[in-house]
Amino acid sequence: MSDNGAKPLIEVESISKTFGSVLAVQDISMKVTAGEVMCLLGDNGAGKSTLIKMLSGVYQPDSGRYVVDGRQVSFSSPRDALAHGIATVYQDLAMIPLMSISRNFFLGEEPTKWIWPLRRFDVARADAIVRKELAQMGISVRDTSQPVGTLSGGERQSVAIARAVYFGARVLILDEPTSALGVKQAGVVLRYVVQAKQRGCGVIFITHNPHHAWLVGDRFTILNRGRSLGTYTRSQAPEIPVVERPAAPEITLEELVSMMAGGRELAELSHELKGVGA
Amino acid sequence: MSNQVTAPQAPPGLLADERLRRTSLLSRLLSRPELGAVAGTIAVWIFFAIVAGSGFLTASGTNAYLQVAAEIGILAVPVSLLMIGGEFDLSIGTMIGAAGMIIALLAGTYGYPFWFGIGIAAIFALVVGFLNGLIVVWTRLPSFIVTLGTQFILAGVTIGMTRHLTGLTTIGQLDVAQGFAAAHAIFATKLGGVYAISIVWWLAIVALATWVLLRTRFGNWTYGAGGNAEAARNLGVPVARVKILLFMCTALAAWLVATIEASSFKNSDVLRGTGREFEAIIATVIGGTLLTGGYGSVIGPALGALIFGMVSQGIVIAGVDSDWYKAFLGGMLILAVLLNNYIRRRVGERR
Repeated sequence: MSDNGAKPLIEVESISKTFGSVLAVQDISMKVTAGEVMCLLGDNGAGKSTLIKMLSGVYQPDSGRYVVDGRQVSFSSPRDALAHGIATVYQDLAMIPLMSISRNFFLGEEPTKWIWPLRRFDVARADAIVRKELAQMGISVRDTSQPVGTLSGGERQSVAIARAVYFGARVLILDEPTSALGVKQAGVVLRYVVQAKQRGCGVIFITHNPHHAWLVGDRFTILNRGRSLGTYTRSQAPEIPVVERPAAPEITLEELVSMMAGGRELAELSHELKGVGA
Repeated sequence: MSNQVTAPQAPPGLLADERLRRTSLLSRLLSRPELGAVAGTIAVWIFFAIVAGSGFLTASGTNAYLQVAAEIGILAVPVSLLMIGGEFDLSIGTMIGAAGMIIALLAGTYGYPFWFGIGIAAIFALVVGFLNGLIVVWTRLPSFIVTLGTQFILAGVTIGMTRHLTGLTTIGQLDVAQGFAAAHAIFATKLGGVYAISIVWWLAIVALATWVLLRTRFGNWTYGAGGNAEAARNLGVPVARVKILLFMCTALAAWLVATIEASSFKNSDVLRGTGREFEAIIATVIGGTLLTGGYGSVIGPALGALIFGMVSQGIVIAGVDSDWYKAFLGGMLILAVLLNNYIRRRVGERR
């Protein structure tokens, strides 16, 4: 391939998935390398969630290749994907609101001390680790025993991202982490997306907000009705070659917004509405 | 802790610690599930100390309410764990009757050693708890319905079997069974001639359950399973195993109460334990455990059981017609739920 150096962490080639007669995802190819944010944009029903569920091991693709570290894989479960360093942070399932920050952070991976039957959850160590990890991400918590529900939505997503990074995620799949958030809260999350990238993670950032994507993204793949409209790099960024094209075309924010919103459809809609209003 | 912020671009909004710190003591208090139960326990004790007077404060008065509290508390503790884990068990009341009848049939009617009866009853309880859990986990039906079914099955089978085998509904004279004296010493003796040993069992179970809930992985998984089973499963928590084990714990608690009562009364009755599941749930809810799961404690329900005991005995000692007892409890239950809802809203909405 025409790569100059960076080997992709994960890569899918011509991946497809159908549900009954519905072609949810058709022939999509994309890749993520370490230290980059790959934005996956698309309107509702574009196939974003089906695609990430295939990446995270919830669904198995019907056809196409899924390659991790240069080796073809087939995941049977999210745990399987996690073992390969692919962690997914879901928007609504990121955290359990009534549990404390430390307990959430280590749920399923609790550090223990002593031996059975006295083996216990090492709460002190968990607290210390949480405090340190969150400080590294720039979140200062007053009290790690406070329920996650007392955190803002942005902080919750951020803690979930910090957790994934701490437990060795090399590829972070973030499912609409900013979509339910206000501008300020979204800013908090976007900051951690950049931090995760700086720590060497490959990030797949799913969103339907091109403005958020533009702030953090290195490359942009746009989905529409289950198909890819192509992968683009930022227009002012130095050109990064992409697998599926000799050189990825550049894109400006305006073009991105227009593609996302379905520029032509929007123009038609405004025409129609004008007709109604008149 | 706030001086650990080393990240280059810490968001300015998060550094406003002095603004947030002002609410932190109040919020920490409010986020304790036991808060309502602690306040309630103190209030109810003072109330009866004044109204019921010295009779309530004597050793025998104290034992009277502690003993009631212990038998409800032994049930309420695992019921609370199960509720934190997101499930209900309505079958424990009739489980008491069933386990008691197994002990009585084996040790009384058929002349086996008392301990053999206790052992078989324990195995039976664990199997029923396991099946309850398995059905709930497999079918994903609400545990309310599944254990309501088990409750009726146990009640019917207990009465049907006992009458079929003996023609009776109460089997007595268990003290002639071999090993009864030892069982009586462990389950039914009075410490210092006054305090029932069931109080010690209760306190031991509270201590053990608190440790499990707060200091073990299983405890963390319990919170996770009840808080959001889907999210917990995604993180690798064996939610099904946790829930099945919790159902086995509630059934085993019912067995312990059955054993204590069979040893104390030297008899078993098919109807013994009927309605206890609701008493345990009331104590649990008064103790601040959420019906919807994911939030609660062990200390709270233990105090809820204590309130239960104080009200039931305090009313009698005060000379009030005990007909009013249930009305009082029902009122407490509703108050407790209102308080819990308020706390949960505080926890959920403060951003």
